[in-house]
Amino acid sequence: MDPKTALVRIQDGASAGSLLLARLYQGARRVADEIGRKVLGPDFEERVATLEERYRVAPDPFGLETVTARRAATVCAFFHRLYFRTEVFGIENVPKGRVLLIANHSGQVPIDAAILGSAMFFDANPPRVTRAMVDKWIPTLPFVSAFFSRVGQVVGVPENARRLLEMEELLLAFPEGTRGIAKPFSRRYQLEEFGLGFMRIAIETATPIVPVAVIGAEEQYVSLGNLSWAARALDIPVFPLVPQLAVPGGQLPLPTKYRLHFGEPMRFHGDPDDDDAVIADKVWLVRQCIQHLLAKGLSERRGVFF
Amino acid sequence: MALDPVPAQPLPGAVVVTGADGRLGRRLVRALHRTMPVIGLDHRESSGFPPDVEHHALDLASKRVRDLLKRPGIVAVVHLGVLHDPRARVERHHGWNMLTLRRLFECVEEFAIPKLVLLSSANVYGPRPDNPQLLGEDAPLLAAGRFSEIRDLVELDLFAQGFFYRNPATETVILRPSHILGTVKNAPSNYLRMKRVPTLLGFDPMMQVVHQDDVVSAIVRALSPGARGIFNISGPPPVALSQAIELLGRQTVPLPHGLARVAVDRLFRWRVTSFPAAELDFIRYVCMVDDSRARRELCYAPRHDLGATLSAVDEERWVD
Repeated sequence: MDPKTALVRIQDGASAGSLLLARLYQGARRVADEIGRKVLGPDFEERVATLEERYRVAPDPFGLETVTARRAATVCAFFHRLYFRTEVFGIENVPKGRVLLIANHSGQVPIDAAILGSAMFFDANPPRVTRAMVDKWIPTLPFVSAFFSRVGQVVGVPENARRLLEMEELLLAFPEGTRGIAKPFSRRYQLEEFGLGFMRIAIETATPIVPVAVIGAEEQYVSLGNLSWAARALDIPVFPLVPQLAVPGGQLPLPTKYRLHFGEPMRFHGDPDDDDAVIADKVWLVRQCIQHLLAKGLSERRGVFF
Repeated sequence: MALDPVPAQPLPGAVVVTGADGRLGRRLVRALHRTMPVIGLDHRESSGFPPDVEHHALDLASKRVRDLLKRPGIVAVVHLGVLHDPRARVERHHGWNMLTLRRLFECVEEFAIPKLVLLSSANVYGPRPDNPQLLGEDAPLLAAGRFSEIRDLVELDLFAQGFFYRNPATETVILRPSHILGTVKNAPSNYLRMKRVPTLLGFDPMMQVVHQDDVVSAIVRALSPGARGIFNISGPPPVALSQAIELLGRQTVPLPHGLARVAVDRLFRWRVTSFPAAELDFIRYVCMVDDSRARRELCYAPRHDLGATLSAVDEERWVD
């Protein structure tokens, strides 16, 4: 075969190959788009537009930025709809305007916050941005700090909570804090002590509190306990002992089924600067309400994974 | 209490401006001299003041200041003459700044001058990871904890607060503007003037900037009779650092924080850069203020939007 013919043949083969590749690529894109539509829902663009409109009118001083938030919502949609197949109950209980979501915190990694945020974006009408109060050491972490502020998360200090509620935002707080999220598996669905700060702010700003029970997060990472000496040595809040991390692929959370139970809004009155004992009584009511929602939800669920 | 909007009522006497030959001082003098007599004090020789402005080149810490303030008819002192030179020896710097302010306080008290305005800075709150997004005037001044270069300013601010409470006869105003941008030669303007702007990899805090002329207008409003106390001043709505740099059309050079800290520290010691390494915290954490009090009580409102404020750093510096 002379070199010219060979070259032509190679070219033919190559073009046929590239054609095939292009077809495959287009097919894959169609499938991806299809899945995307299914996961994101038919009204995704509308929901994004609603929020874009809101934050164009009044720019957010906390750094919420809709382009990044949209991307984050796309990733969260996968976990929300496909991976954890979240079931949402009573989301219509969340009133319009300022509101404080109080939830149980669990699961070693704060996926519960992301799923609650997804539910408020994908399942609530109209969609809302969930502003979670994050730990004070988050801003010291590169990338995480920039990302969190762009998707609307704020440092958990009372001034920020007050300002956001006055801006009629939806705030999410986990009064159990690190104690809650780092619980070992043996204490799953048992609430830790609640902090009192959220109640003072709710009373001061006349904000309704919506108790939320998150079911399914406790089983995503099974923790056998906390290595307190390792946490101290590394200067981090907790060092959970999670055996599944040693298994290849076990770094991903187990695909448990998430169930979110939203309770009726609770309104509290009185003096926000009252004694701790008085405030603690009111906090106790919220805690009992979440405990009750948890018990009800757990008794109704058929299995952890389905 | 709402006060009259600008132009402030002309005061029945002269205004003394210290640091009048600084870039901000010159703009303030120009804004004031048509409505009231202005006496400028600076250690530099005057350069191109309007002819009706009386200027004295003297050391602000010297006793000659007293002779000038003794004159009848002085109704206000605006203190802009705070020395900020990261290269100067700390003791000299600090001693001079405190001595100057003490002299001014003594004169203001002795000659019963009814108004004193000190230009402090929002930087006195300090950039910190656990800062509320917008700090109120009552927030503690924590800048000196991580950042000893700013100790002077924190002490001056606190010193003035003490004076405010001790001397109710004088209306003391402390202004704490966020990063002032313009032809001024301060750290934020110099930073944004760089061709390639170094940033910290993975950090992108929200920022507040304010145009130099908006600060001048805030000072003018602070001179209105009745205005007293501490006021945060900020400009257009906050913006992410990366977005600000993008709007200016500059390239960024993201550096890991550890590396940047060591590098800036070395470069500062070799006199290549004028930024002390501790100032890196300003592009790492938030330090923003809530200026609603100034908007309410001084009727202050920034007139320059974000684009105009940012591009002010590129204005020709000899066109004042």
